[in-house]
Amino acid sequence: MSDTQQHSISFVRTETLPEREPPYAASGPVKWMRENLFATIPNGILTIVSLYVIYLILAATLPWILNGVWNTASLSECRDVLDGTVGACFSVLTERWNQLIFGFQYPEELYWRPGLAFLLLFVAAAPVLFFDLPRKLLIFTALYPFIAFYLIWGGTILTPIVALVGFVAAGFFWKNFVARSFALGFFGSIVVAFIVWWLGGFLISDTANENAAMQAVPSRDLGGFMLNMMLGVTCVSLSVPLGIALALGRQSSMPLIKWICVIFIEFIRGVPLITLLFVASVMLSYFFPPESQVDLFLRVVIMITMFSSAYIAEVIRGGLAALPKGQYEAADSLGLDYPQAMRLIILPQALKISIPGIVNIAVGLFKDTTLVSVISMFDILGMIRGPILASTEWNGVYWELLGFAALLFFIVCYGISQYSQWLERRLATDHR
Amino acid sequence: MAEATQMKVSDEIAITISKMNKWYGAFHVLRDIDLTVNRGERIVICGPSGSGKSTLIRCINALEEHQQGSIEVDGTLLSSDLKNIDKIRSEVGMCFQHFNLFPHLTILENCTLAPIWVRKTPKKEAEETAMHFLEKVKIPDQANKYPGQLSGGQQQRVAIARSLCMRPRIMLFDEPTSALDPEMIKEVLDTMIELAEEGMTMLCVTHEMGFARQVANRVIFMDAGQIVEQNEPEAFFNNPQSPRTQLFLSQILGH
Repeated sequence: MSDTQQHSISFVRTETLPEREPPYAASGPVKWMRENLFATIPNGILTIVSLYVIYLILAATLPWILNGVWNTASLSECRDVLDGTVGACFSVLTERWNQLIFGFQYPEELYWRPGLAFLLLFVAAAPVLFFDLPRKLLIFTALYPFIAFYLIWGGTILTPIVALVGFVAAGFFWKNFVARSFALGFFGSIVVAFIVWWLGGFLISDTANENAAMQAVPSRDLGGFMLNMMLGVTCVSLSVPLGIALALGRQSSMPLIKWICVIFIEFIRGVPLITLLFVASVMLSYFFPPESQVDLFLRVVIMITMFSSAYIAEVIRGGLAALPKGQYEAADSLGLDYPQAMRLIILPQALKISIPGIVNIAVGLFKDTTLVSVISMFDILGMIRGPILASTEWNGVYWELLGFAALLFFIVCYGISQYSQWLERRLATDHR
Repeated sequence: MAEATQMKVSDEIAITISKMNKWYGAFHVLRDIDLTVNRGERIVICGPSGSGKSTLIRCINALEEHQQGSIEVDGTLLSSDLKNIDKIRSEVGMCFQHFNLFPHLTILENCTLAPIWVRKTPKKEAEETAMHFLEKVKIPDQANKYPGQLSGGQQQRVAIARSLCMRPRIMLFDEPTSALDPEMIKEVLDTMIELAEEGMTMLCVTHEMGFARQVANRVIFMDAGQIVEQNEPEAFFNNPQSPRTQLFLSQILGH
């Protein structure tokens, strides 16, 4: 408003108008529906069609779920109870719950051991996943693999202790000698670990496992969703560091290291996981000394880890390539050596860029653990296809069982995905 | 100008480059470079783009490898030995055209990182040093922000502070102001002038001729990978000898 107008049309407000509610059509659910569901005619048609489709889906599934039967001993009993009406037979889940979760050979009175290991997993994973927690908790994380091993497999406590001492000795050697020469520290610590394990082997008598306080459970007795969780957690936590090493190795200026990494990655990526698993179950024993009994679980872990680490290496290589060259130069120009530059400057940024890709592979890996059912390991899918569906009581209960397996996998995978999104937001500091 | 001559240049030698050659593949970027820099000297290197001036100063802290000749920094001969290279790099600070701050660390962490890990300074002491230098470049209040929240000029000043935290004996500047707005150029140049007045040995690739006149005690003109002319700023600007220098100066000072 110009000055002249202000002078010619004088106006002074003496009272303040009270606040009023907006008209009903411009607020609340009506406004929301008009804007989002019925903005245009095609929009409205789509809304109605979608609602009809949703209705059809719910009309078919809801009675099936709500009318479900939870406590019968067999499928035929289920059918009797339902008496021709639509309804799911969830009693297979309650009746075979233990088999679905722990497999059919794990001793029933020992279920608390894997259960406890599962609960401790959250304590161990927390400081790794949420780095605002006190760093001292990482000590428990480092001990967790040995505790979990002892809980799940049982046997003599000497086995995990010797393994732990081997790692501690290797770490000690590394810390004291790596400053002198990287190769000495690296290979020396590996040799030290093997010497400790070899010497420790004499401590453990052949009968130690039979007289142990914790009853020993052999690997072939593991099964159910527990086996999927064990394979998933072990392989993800091993393949991320291995993937980082492979990605850095592929960028190395030393031709030998570079070509070993390139050949490893390209070979593993070019082979289907199923093939690797068959190699693990059948052929790998040809490569070990004849008398050595390398555990099937360990062989499968090695194969899945190798497989996913090759993929993770490529994802991280993408992250490394996305960093501006200036970051390497700035790190160099400050006098940081290679391990420091990688650990403090390059990897934190490259890994942050790679989070979506790494999570993608972790989720894929976790679901791929069901493939072990084809080499006759009884994971949850193996249990469903084998002992449960083959039994006379439950022959023919597909939807309930497979739906339950799908639900378990969905919960875990969705959790991983939500965590990764939280992590990305938490790490967003660059304000680009 | 009078100011510049007052600043002391000692007889001690900081950098000696002799018969240094570098190739990118078959392309001969640096040809027979001979250069001696005394402690406390402030050298401005200018020249057309592609003349090898950035490559020259990047060779001094081994960001680029040279293939022939020798570079001696602070009495240490630059060889392919990694220990030597890291030693030289920790004595030589460098500022880049694009700042190259670490975006995942705060300003304070950017400044304390190298002292803590390379010099093994205790964290508290490193933070005190960092705050001292951040005050010097006049941005102590930004210490807990991330680089992405700062303006270009502020980022470049942080980059200078980050280098200074290592207490370098020599500073290299690779076109520190060419990615900045005119207003920000001044704040960065002021910081550099202050640094020069304190007697820091500086090698600066820049096209800021006002800065060269004010603080440099030697201006080097490079073209096609060679040092074509070097002189005191007064003589260099008022009475350039080679026709190539005359052409260059007429082009950049012409407007």
